[in-house]
Amino acid sequence: MAGKLALGAQAVAVVAAGVAVAMAPNVLETFDLMQITLFAAMSVLSLSLAFIWGYGGILCFGQTAFFGLGGYAYAVAAIDYGDSTPAIGMAILVPALFALVLGYFIFYGRISDVYLGVITLTVTLILFNVVNSTSGEEYHIGQARLGGFNGMPSVPTFNMPFDPSNILSPEAAWQVTGFALLGVYLLLRILLVSPWGRVVVAVRENETRAALLGYDPRFVKLWTFVLGGAIAGLAGALYVNWGAFVGPTIFSLATASQIIIWITVGGLGTLLGPIVGCVLIQYLVTKIGSQQAFNSNLVLGAVLLGVVLLLPKGVVPSLSGLVQFGFNRLRGDGGVAAPTGQAAEAK
Amino acid sequence: MDKVAILTLNVVDGAASLCLLCLGLAIIFGMMRIINLAHGEFVMLGAYSTVVAVHHGVNIWIAMIVVAPLFVGLVGLLVERTLIRFLYGRLVDSMLATWGLSLFIVGLITTIFGNTIDGVPTPLGGFVIGDYRASWYTIFLAGMALLMLGLVYLLLSYTRFGLVARAVMQNPGMAATLGVDTSRIYMTTFALGAAVTGLAGGLLAPVSGITPVMGSAYVAKAFITVVGGGAAILAGTASASVLFGLVNQMAAYLTTPVYGEVILFVAAIVLIRLLPQGISGRFFKGTL
Repeated sequence: MAGKLALGAQAVAVVAAGVAVAMAPNVLETFDLMQITLFAAMSVLSLSLAFIWGYGGILCFGQTAFFGLGGYAYAVAAIDYGDSTPAIGMAILVPALFALVLGYFIFYGRISDVYLGVITLTVTLILFNVVNSTSGEEYHIGQARLGGFNGMPSVPTFNMPFDPSNILSPEAAWQVTGFALLGVYLLLRILLVSPWGRVVVAVRENETRAALLGYDPRFVKLWTFVLGGAIAGLAGALYVNWGAFVGPTIFSLATASQIIIWITVGGLGTLLGPIVGCVLIQYLVTKIGSQQAFNSNLVLGAVLLGVVLLLPKGVVPSLSGLVQFGFNRLRGDGGVAAPTGQAAEAK
Repeated sequence: MDKVAILTLNVVDGAASLCLLCLGLAIIFGMMRIINLAHGEFVMLGAYSTVVAVHHGVNIWIAMIVVAPLFVGLVGLLVERTLIRFLYGRLVDSMLATWGLSLFIVGLITTIFGNTIDGVPTPLGGFVIGDYRASWYTIFLAGMALLMLGLVYLLLSYTRFGLVARAVMQNPGMAATLGVDTSRIYMTTFALGAAVTGLAGGLLAPVSGITPVMGSAYVAKAFITVVGGGAAILAGTASASVLFGLVNQMAAYLTTPVYGEVILFVAAIVLIRLLPQGISGRFFKGTL
């Protein structure tokens, strides 16, 4: 009963979100629209890590590596082809291939969680150093100059598929980004209820047991990782499209730490939480940026510390636990919080 | 010939700095299994405390060797009591919390001192080998690295504290049953690791650019070295420092300093793939 109710509520929420994405340009000012376009692009990135960390159990501290590679791949391809259509494909393909190679080393080497975090973090810092040092005429791919620490300015933004002369307006760019976020969310939702998604979660829960049941955890983790890389790459393209600029700070420790904070604050092991966390924190950072009293690192650090110590499950799971608790209370279940609504179903 | 001498000196310099940087981390991570992502910020605090002390007229040697480790050791003590002690056994949470701590410290130092601070001059001057100039300070760093390795070895092997600390790290439950106050041992060990890291920051202050975000340059390098070194904290750290120092400096000589770092990281990843237990998992089994 409650399960069906939840499913219905989710479907309604998704449809409502779709309508909101379509209608937002009629309601919001262009400035606010740009703002939420950025939030949506970053939420895609947040989802990519939410999937591989929250469901795959892969502690990747360097998700920015794929995000940045996607951004640079998009920028280079868009400048060289003069058309954003194949560029978006490249932005997904290049990070996915990179994730495949890196993941092969990590998972087939059976490197443990902790080392995985350290290695992925190291990889993104390597990329930061490399890209930072590519200023100068000699570093170019086709027409596109990498620009070192200055980054690549005036990257062509999205155009209508295969029609480079027809560049998307900010309103249309928002709709593309918003629907991309919704699409990725739905894709991951469907994936997680599919048999393959269940295997992914099984491997997270107990690798040995999954292996004894005949699944190869290395293989499962590798493809989870690759999918996460591909989604992060897409986020990179959306991000570059938003600002028409990409620079090496996309790979930096600061960016890497923000993604971790979004997910920790929002709630690990959910898909909605990381989106909520991402929007909340980005909004907070924007607010801090507009005044001088506090340094944004100081506030972000304090937020992360506070959440880890006081709210280790994150905002969304804690809130939904509270709602569940209140709901059961109303129905006179004695207030025992049932995590999946089984208590209500048993009646 | 001169070139060989100067290259050797560069390798010694690279290995010594790495070794100093990693020793504190090896104590905290290697012994306590706490992934301290604020390690780079402890180095940064060591450097800042040295610089501030020197600017207030403290002798530079006292600032480096006394003030920096003392200050960072106290910070470590505070951090352990207010933060880390709630997170033993929660590996991922401790990583996240120390990451938050690292951002917090960076923000705090930026708020207090701004984005830059005047450095301190490198003491001791230089000497000449053929056509090349080298600094005596390099030799001093190498000496300090050896001295610290020796001191930590003596502390862990021959003192009562070292014995008890190793016992707690091996089996906290058993040690507690035998009447050891494990919480105090954890606290002391963490503070010790922090102090050694602070010393590294102090010693590196004259030869590095001092900014609030300098720690991020060290943290990845330090972790990769400790992980590459493996379970034996002293033998592992020392051997990995020498190996990676050699790779880094030779690669930097043959290409550019940036690619030197890249090649160092790639070499480290390949090494971990080949020896998942680290160097000491294969070659120095059972040593300290």
